[in-house]
Amino acid sequence: MKVSCNIKVNHLSRVEGHGNIRIRIKNGELLEAGWDVVETPRFFEAILVGKLWENAPYLCGRICGICSIGHTLASIRAVENAFSMTPDRQTERLRLLLKHMETLQSHILHLYFLAAPDFLQLGSVLPLIESHPEVVQRATRLKLLANDACDIIGGRRLHPTRTVVGGFTMLPEKSQLAQLKSRLEAALPDLIKTAELFHTFALPDFVRETEFVSLLGKDHYPFIGGDLISSDGVVRAEDEYLQMTNEYMVDHSTSKWSRLSRQSLATGALARLNNNYALLQPKAREIAAGFSLQPVNHNPFMNNIAQLVECVHVVSDSIAILKELLAGKWQEPRQPVVPKAGRGVGAVEVPRGILYHAYEFDPAGRITRADCVIPTSQNNANIHYDIIELARQSAAQQKTDSEIQRLAEMLVRAYDPCISCSVH
Amino acid sequence: MSARERTYLGVPVKKPRAAFFEFTSCEGCQLQLLNNEATLLDFLSLLTIVNFREAMTESSDDYDIAFVEGSISRDDEAEQLRVIRSRAKTLVAVGSCACFGGVNQLKNRFNDLAWVKEQVYGSHAIDTREAVPLSAIVPVDLSIYGCPIKKEEVEKVVTNLVLGKSIDYPRYPVCMECKDNHNVCLFNLGQPCLGPVTRAGCDAWCPSNRLGCWGCRGPAEAANVRQLRQIMHEHGFSDEQLLDRLECFGGFADYVTELKKAAKE
Repeated sequence: MKVSCNIKVNHLSRVEGHGNIRIRIKNGELLEAGWDVVETPRFFEAILVGKLWENAPYLCGRICGICSIGHTLASIRAVENAFSMTPDRQTERLRLLLKHMETLQSHILHLYFLAAPDFLQLGSVLPLIESHPEVVQRATRLKLLANDACDIIGGRRLHPTRTVVGGFTMLPEKSQLAQLKSRLEAALPDLIKTAELFHTFALPDFVRETEFVSLLGKDHYPFIGGDLISSDGVVRAEDEYLQMTNEYMVDHSTSKWSRLSRQSLATGALARLNNNYALLQPKAREIAAGFSLQPVNHNPFMNNIAQLVECVHVVSDSIAILKELLAGKWQEPRQPVVPKAGRGVGAVEVPRGILYHAYEFDPAGRITRADCVIPTSQNNANIHYDIIELARQSAAQQKTDSEIQRLAEMLVRAYDPCISCSVH
Repeated sequence: MSARERTYLGVPVKKPRAAFFEFTSCEGCQLQLLNNEATLLDFLSLLTIVNFREAMTESSDDYDIAFVEGSISRDDEAEQLRVIRSRAKTLVAVGSCACFGGVNQLKNRFNDLAWVKEQVYGSHAIDTREAVPLSAIVPVDLSIYGCPIKKEEVEKVVTNLVLGKSIDYPRYPVCMECKDNHNVCLFNLGQPCLGPVTRAGCDAWCPSNRLGCWGCRGPAEAANVRQLRQIMHEHGFSDEQLLDRLECFGGFADYVTELKKAAKE
């Protein structure tokens, strides 16, 4: 029997923000399918115009409730680049540690609370509290660790308080860092258990070739600043980001879309891993190998596994950063800021992919122009064309309409989209 | 623990049906609820959650309490909010966006939506209106202030709501809590701060991390902004810096109008 269906998912659940999936199939033929973003725009790029530089990180962190730290750090980097400031080693280390802890927090939230219920045929993580308390406890233990670390370093897990242009308003106590290091060491077995859990899940076997865009690591798996690379061989400097993003509008989305060498591009954990696999910590590479995850992998569902691999990477790397910080003496936390006219770009890898903030300043340090390009807005076209291809393949394989809907929802969730962010 | 077993002073406690909704926002306040790892399960046992799109697929239109995050900045949002209001016995505004318009209302300051749209979307048509708090559209029963909300305060408000106890907000400013934390005054560290005029209840969250207060919780009772302006001037801060903070979240809207007038004189 050839499948006919009319799938409409309005305001997809277990994702951040508001997006709709539509798929229409008649007698096994795909009529139409797509991804619509209906989120209300907030106009941050207009809001910033006329504001003094110190407003930028404070306001821009509020673009996103999940990756507020990433936005704050990208914003700070853009301001510092415009004012020709370079963070010292201590600030650079603390920012990366903070960034790692946000990555851990966000990936764990996604893996356990948003993605896992699909593989267990559940609507949310809530039934697991009764049936599998050890799984929920492990998830909350990891998330709590990451959030506590963000409190210690950034002052607050959401909308951080200590992160400012020039460095930090204050530093953590060494004793807090020593305790954090022990907790991170104890977290590695929890991540191994998480990998065991995901080994029991059947990841859909779906491939659509695309172009992966990320930062290009030199000595380290990249998170803050540096050159930009695509898996199709494009390499650009950080301040040439517009040549990587090429934003355009479509009628069925309030988010802008992006493209580079192809119809669409992908960014995020899988893109970072595909472009920088050799720079992963050895323990993280072991986890990747266990799932046969190697570059260049074109299965979007593997983004879940790439996030898991990155959890192991950031925990291992954080332990190394903490060793260095604990061995040294605290320097001044904050450099003075001297505003000047000019333009600055900050590119930062946040949980969902590469994020760009760019500002132009007048001589007094007032913003005259602002531009933010969000990972999910870069991913939206890729999600859209993935849904079309998934629907086409599913129709050919004569899957049922409920199975097609389930797969399409899982596909979008695999990107861990941050839709409010994409319509900032 | 089931609802039947839960009692307060020997009296059984009802487990209200709660729904969570979000409009123009970063959805961070909802995440703050999930961020309560240590007390999350206890908190969840107070309520029957029937609607929480960010975390669960199941949903229902039958609820007692609606927790609403975000400001209203499009006609369809206003319409949905009216429907939520008609279904909920208690409507709680969650966070600065819902209470005051939040950072979203900063676009209103240009008094030129056409320019705002053009700045971000060029010639592409996009639907928006001035960002307003929930109370501009429907009556609001309770407000939980802050950007972001503070989990301890949410838990206190929700517990009191469930137990039918009255809900009291501090009337004094953040400055009092800051002193109580034995912090060095931010002004003495060379930082501007709205602590003297902002409603307390956050335990001086930002000043305790050496970041001056930006007023996300709105004005304290009898906030003396005129006096604060003088303090700012004495410490070498401009009206522009004071205005940046006062207008950031929308809670000080009346004072902003006054200050803009005074700054021109």
